Amino acid sequence: MIVGEQKPLEEIWEMIKDHKKVLVFGCNTCVAVCQQGGNKEAEILASMLRMKAVQEGVDIEITDAGIERQCEHEFFEKAESRIGDADAVLSTACGIGVQFMAEKYPKPIYPGLNTTFLGAVEEFGVYAERCQACGTCILGQTGGICPIARCAKRVLNGPCGGSTNGKCEISKDVDCAWQLIVDRLRLLGRMDDYEALTPIKDWSTDRAGGPRKLVREDLIDE
Amino acid sequence: MKSGSNLEKVLRAGDFAFTGELGPPRGANVEEVRKKARFLKGMVDSVNITDNQTAMVRMSSWAASLISIDEGLEPNYQMVCRDRNRLAMQADVLGASAHGIRNLLCLSGDHQQFGDHPHAKGVFDIDSTQLISTIRKMRDESKFMSGQKIDTAPKIFIGAAANPFAEPFEWRVHRLAKKIEAGADFIQTQCIYNMKKMREWVKMANDMGLTEKVYILAGVTPMKSLGMARYMKNNVPGMDVPDEVINRLKGCKKGTHAKEGIKMACEQIEEFKEMKGIAGVHLMAIEWEHKVPEIAEMAGVLPRPTFDDDTPDDKTDDTPAE
Repeated sequence: MIVGEQKPLEEIWEMIKDHKKVLVFGCNTCVAVCQQGGNKEAEILASMLRMKAVQEGVDIEITDAGIERQCEHEFFEKAESRIGDADAVLSTACGIGVQFMAEKYPKPIYPGLNTTFLGAVEEFGVYAERCQACGTCILGQTGGICPIARCAKRVLNGPCGGSTNGKCEISKDVDCAWQLIVDRLRLLGRMDDYEALTPIKDWSTDRAGGPRKLVREDLIDE
Repeated sequence: MKSGSNLEKVLRAGDFAFTGELGPPRGANVEEVRKKARFLKGMVDSVNITDNQTAMVRMSSWAASLISIDEGLEPNYQMVCRDRNRLAMQADVLGASAHGIRNLLCLSGDHQQFGDHPHAKGVFDIDSTQLISTIRKMRDESKFMSGQKIDTAPKIFIGAAANPFAEPFEWRVHRLAKKIEAGADFIQTQCIYNMKKMREWVKMANDMGLTEKVYILAGVTPMKSLGMARYMKNNVPGMDVPDEVINRLKGCKKGTHAKEGIKMACEQIEEFKEMKGIAGVHLMAIEWEHKVPEIAEMAGVLPRPTFDDDTPDDKTDDTPAE
């Protein structure tokens, strides 16, 4: 899922303070899982901003609403009137939702979150990166552990010389991806995969190739 | 000869190689490079010119390499994958070769968070093993990574690093094997203090036949002080400083730590001279270039071998001389 982290209140305040009617608008799918931008969190954020407005002595109407997903047209129908009433929207979706709304509505749409990464819920309250959406998956050769997303240097023939006690040189709290890969390949009896040189990566399927798009002609025709 | 570099000649002749290191300055101070270079002249076969080491911005490695050539040294141009993409790397390999740089050490590079620009975007387009294979392809096949033809191939003796102490230990030697398969001609290791583990690692490399395919230079860094030893032990990633090294320095009288550090380094060098599978020593006297003549003298590696300039370049003997 897409993980996000709410921006500092001060930064949000600076964006919205000059508007009269602001809608704090939640997105109840990905970012809601990490308890950051869901409809419940939008409600809490709206009340914090109302308090801030009182403190600052600024007259501003701050309300909240939300939908299931801000990245698909069909979900917006039930919220059209609320969005229409607002001068500006503070979207607590990921960056996709913010941009999707900006394309749909001719009014300021501000980001309430920093979109952080594509990750998993390791345990309640702990979210960790697993994928960089590089467009060419090599997990089949690396024992199901991604060196692109999880090695600080994206080393494809690792581990580098900084691996110590199974940890990455950047932090004792970060696992060395290549230690994990070696351990996993041993477990699977697949160390032959380690011996093979990993070829140079084609980054054109990653962001290096420009904005990416997937078109399913078969679905469009229907 | 793959490159015709002095280092290649020394190793092929079967002499025990002795290489040094020169860290470029944090500025455009040409005189500082020249001064450091003068201490090293005649003392080493080749001198590694570090590339933004510890991720701190410094005079570029190729530029300091050219100054070192001007001072009569042979540079070993270090190149890290952190700061350049494949276009810049290949361009710099060609430029380096055009200017007479004949050795190049391929490295991943310390992560940018350790340096003075921790907010930088690390490039890491290719990794160090892939940089090795890229340069080999450029040199031996006259082709860029893309497969397109190169007009006049670069002549480079390709170096790689190995850290016998990083983990997983039992698989480090397999990574060495991958670098050799990719095309490494010589290896320079991380600074060695844990001799026991080093012996084990070299034995594994010998047993796998790797030392017949590549020249391994053991990394030696003399301790300047007890503080440095403690810092290396606790703060440098992938460094293995055993307690006996710390204790030996602890037992020294005030003002004698540097002397003891040099003595310990020379003892290591003596052992490496006799160690099967080790073709030389890479002396990394960090910000201690002026001590290199003294260390080289004490270590008994002087004078360094010299070769006539007309040594044929086209000799293609791929196996290290014993």
